[in-house]
Amino acid sequence: MATSPPASASAVGSSVPRADGPPKVTGASRYVDDLPAMPGEIFGRTVRSPVPRGILRGVRFDPAFDWSDVTVVLAEDVPVNVVALILDDQPILGTGKVNHAYEPIVLLGCADRLKLSRALQAVTLDIDPLPPVLDMRAALEGEEILWGTDNVIKRYLITKGCADAERERSEAAIDAALARCEVVVTGTYASHHQEQLYIEPQGVIAWWDEAGAHATGSIQCPFYVQKAFLKAFGLPADRIHITQSVTGGGFGGKEEYPSIIALHAALLARKSGRPVRMIYDRTEDIEATTKRHPASCEITSGCDRDGTLRALKIRVLMDGGAYATLSQVVLSRGALHASGAYRWDDVWIEATAVATNTPPNGAFRGFGAPQTIWAIERHLDRVAGELGCDPLDLKAKNVLRPGDSTATGQVLRESVAGEECIAKAIAASGYRQKRAAGPVVRGRVARGIGLSVFMHGAGFTGSGERYYKGKIAVDLAPGGRLRIRTASTDIGQGTETVFRQIAADAAGLPLDRVEFEVPCTTTVPDSGPTVASRTVMVVGSILEAAARELASRVREEQEAARQPRAAQEGQASSAAPPALSFEEAADRLLAREGKVTSLKQYEPPSYVRWDDEAYKGDAYPCFGWACDVAEVEVDLDTFEVTVVDFWSAADVGKAIHPVMCKGQIEGGSLQAIGWALSEEIVWQGGKIRNPRMTNYIIPTSLDAPPFHVVLVEAPFPFGPGGGAKGIGEMPMDGGAPAVAAAVEHATGIAARALPLTPERLFEAARGAEAPRTAAGRGERARRYRSSSTVRRARSICRRSRGCSMRSGGRSGSRARRRGARRASAARARC
Amino acid sequence: MQDKTSRPSPLRGAQSKQETAGEPNTGGGLLAAHLLTRRQFTAGSIAVASGLSALGSACTGCDTPARSADTSVRLHVNGTRAEVDIDLRSSLLDVLREQLQLTGAKKGCDHGQCGACTVHLDGRRVASCLTPAVQADGREITTIEGLSPEGGPLHPMQQAFIDQDALQCGYCTPGQIMAAVACVREGNAGSAEQIREYMSGNLCRCGAYAGILAAIQQAAPEIGGT
Ligand code: FES
Ligand code: FES
Ligand code: FES
Repeated sequence: MATSPPASASAVGSSVPRADGPPKVTGASRYVDDLPAMPGEIFGRTVRSPVPRGILRGVRFDPAFDWSDVTVVLAEDVPVNVVALILDDQPILGTGKVNHAYEPIVLLGCADRLKLSRALQAVTLDIDPLPPVLDMRAALEGEEILWGTDNVIKRYLITKGCADAERERSEAAIDAALARCEVVVTGTYASHHQEQLYIEPQGVIAWWDEAGAHATGSIQCPFYVQKAFLKAFGLPADRIHITQSVTGGGFGGKEEYPSIIALHAALLARKSGRPVRMIYDRTEDIEATTKRHPASCEITSGCDRDGTLRALKIRVLMDGGAYATLSQVVLSRGALHASGAYRWDDVWIEATAVATNTPPNGAFRGFGAPQTIWAIERHLDRVAGELGCDPLDLKAKNVLRPGDSTATGQVLRESVAGEECIAKAIAASGYRQKRAAGPVVRGRVARGIGLSVFMHGAGFTGSGERYYKGKIAVDLAPGGRLRIRTASTDIGQGTETVFRQIAADAAGLPLDRVEFEVPCTTTVPDSGPTVASRTVMVVGSILEAAARELASRVREEQEAARQPRAAQEGQASSAAPPALSFEEAADRLLAREGKVTSLKQYEPPSYVRWDDEAYKGDAYPCFGWACDVAEVEVDLDTFEVTVVDFWSAADVGKAIHPVMCKGQIEGGSLQAIGWALSEEIVWQGGKIRNPRMTNYIIPTSLDAPPFHVVLVEAPFPFGPGGGAKGIGEMPMDGGAPAVAAAVEHATGIAARALPLTPERLFEAARGAEAPRTAAGRGERARRYRSSSTVRRARSICRRSRGCSMRSGGRSGSRARRRGARRASAARARC
Repeated sequence: MQDKTSRPSPLRGAQSKQETAGEPNTGGGLLAAHLLTRRQFTAGSIAVASGLSALGSACTGCDTPARSADTSVRLHVNGTRAEVDIDLRSSLLDVLREQLQLTGAKKGCDHGQCGACTVHLDGRRVASCLTPAVQADGREITTIEGLSPEGGPLHPMQQAFIDQDALQCGYCTPGQIMAAVACVREGNAGSAEQIREYMSGNLCRCGAYAGILAAIQQAAPEIGGT
């Protein structure tokens, strides 16, 4: 499906070419490191702790090194040494105690980049190591205390039905409810770190002048950075100018972390009196920046023999890393999605985030939900196994319908499309027939199919929107143009294009009359952060109102100009042609008033009620719904998994731009497939062993299956453009459980922990009974160790050296593995 | 961007100056080989390729504390000739980006792993971060900026990327487009399978692969055989 100019007057719903397309395909877009050097600019770098925990005794600078042109910033140079976010527990530069490997301790700046890297080597950190706590269970046990009084960053309890008793009795009540159920299943499901791996590494340029502090960079949420500067430097808001440059992907990774880089760059700039360019290289980016929280979910469920789900008890444990960052919010979203897209009578969910001596984890697309949805989906697959039915039947039977209530007691009324998504995904994929036929085994390759059903809360959790009061402004510009001013950033997801569509339609103007201002904290209002799939649904809705209001003011002006003339000429005013064109009327209005702006603030729908204490009520204004189906091939010798087809039926309320909407679903699903199959952070003593793109394996074009996306539109009455809901995060939720279900169908291996790498599947096959996997076959999985790594090496050859290795012309893992063997041979030669 | 002039030449740099003193800048074959043993990325790449990924701060230790002698290279970039004074160890990517202000080619990894820096060298695609600038001496370089005339119509591949919405954040896009054009010219765009294979060295984290495939299929007939 291609983009094309709007066929009708209405831009919403048509896939117009993206606004940022031409500069991006010609190389004209300026990402932060593309910005020309400012006069006197220097480079900045960070000296980091090599150990995960210890006491910092001092910092030594090699006296033999020439420090004359190197700027050095230490903790004592920081006015208020705290990264303002939620709990304000993280120092800008470590001092006293070191709490994780790669913790920043010293900043260095120098105009000569080579000298700067040598300077880095000339700094010695004197740290007395302490035994680190690297495991979240050990942290929960609390033998060593690293954070607060018990290592617990946050804990939530969600109860429903009979578990709705006071805290002490609620657990006993849910246990009793479970005991009454006919079929009880228990299991623990684990998920792992994931690196965002946006292709543009993080970076900021900072400088100071008479107007105050400036920072420009690859930033998802400029006002987070502003807030951090307010605290650290004690500056008034109007002296802090945080500007987003064109941003090469974020996926959550550039939500809160850029505050740290911006603070570091600004500290160096303040001390040196020069602009400072601080761009992370890939290794530093992977090591130091935030990742998805690993989680473990212990689930016990009870249901009737006929598959009616009754009672659910879950313990969620998340690893927050060394500082709190956004963990409590991530945990909240995780807990609120832990019961899945299903109806339960009695629910007890206890969710805990603990601190460990690992680098802090933070925002990543899905924000806690993929971890708990992975768990509940895998669990229900097992329940279906116990009941002897297909997971589809169990899930379709229990999926939430209008009138049902969620785990927090939120009664779903409108825009509830779980059933429809299931029906559409099943029809499109031929799931039933393929399941019924059983896994197809051809030679060494077994093919299987699996599915997941899920919902994702759109927008902030609970009272978030009431608290944030997101704003947007639309200005009238000369020539009857509209200029959108918002802090909602376009980081690739297409905000700029979609916002123009919404504004143009609301104002009744052609698309090219709408401009989008570069987000800077001193020129745009705080729309709230670009997170939580809230941009289109929440900010888009106030944009729609603002654009409409502005246009009607111009039309009033037109009307006012017509009235006197119509009266003069004695004509019926309705028949008279407007005396002024829209453009003329706009200019007249502008000339008279100087500035014509509509500023709108978001008000959540009045029915939204949320109790932050009891964790009850309307957790989200609405949910997006989806059903994913994955078809995989598993090489029974090497345990390589190839996703050969992928279907997703997703309810988005209303697709403002169907092509980009599908792009979000494909991209999110592919990240989910990567998380499920190949992406793995390898830890050793609290440090990362694979901080590179060659050994942290994200999907390539070869790993991307054909995506078949079915857009379902169950409009949300308060969404813009006729009912749009958030879509950015949802596609991250369902891929992993669907792939795991398909692998189980193909091989009988029921994975309960991510990722499903060949080694892990082999271990699982050896550990559990795996009927279709002959003993011993998997031995080869070990020899073809990390075949994906080898595949990556070959992919690189393909591109960078015009390598002559030929594809065998056969698809799937056999050809790949053969190619892989050749790749290793080729590599050996090189 | 680097102010080289203000820096004294430490010993090893001076040495390399001597080594290269007698050599005219012809193609740089020998020079390149010499450089490859010294450049920090080599150490990084070898370590990774041999599976030794445990280099936490992999390259910090191998930054040779030295400055190389400067040399000058003649680059034919996008049809324009430029004589550039460079640090011998500079990658083509750094010279393009920092000295010629051609920032279209991106630095996603600086280690030949992502493809964001792909440019054409004598019509062949290379990872410019892995290509020593001296190796490009006297050769034709095309970057994304030179693919279509300024202000003129877009190259069919660029247009196809817009038509098929083959990008999101756009950071991988210049590399994807340069690789795609080369992929077609090499005759490796015969089927979807083949395109996926021969484009697999260019990573896109936004996951726009389906659009990229469609764009190549759209543009291939128009540029094939050139
Ligand atoms: S790297 Fe591919 S042939 Fe040498
Ligand atoms: S920057 Fe050259 S391949 Fe990544
Ligand atoms: S478009 Fe973002 S990485 Fe490819």
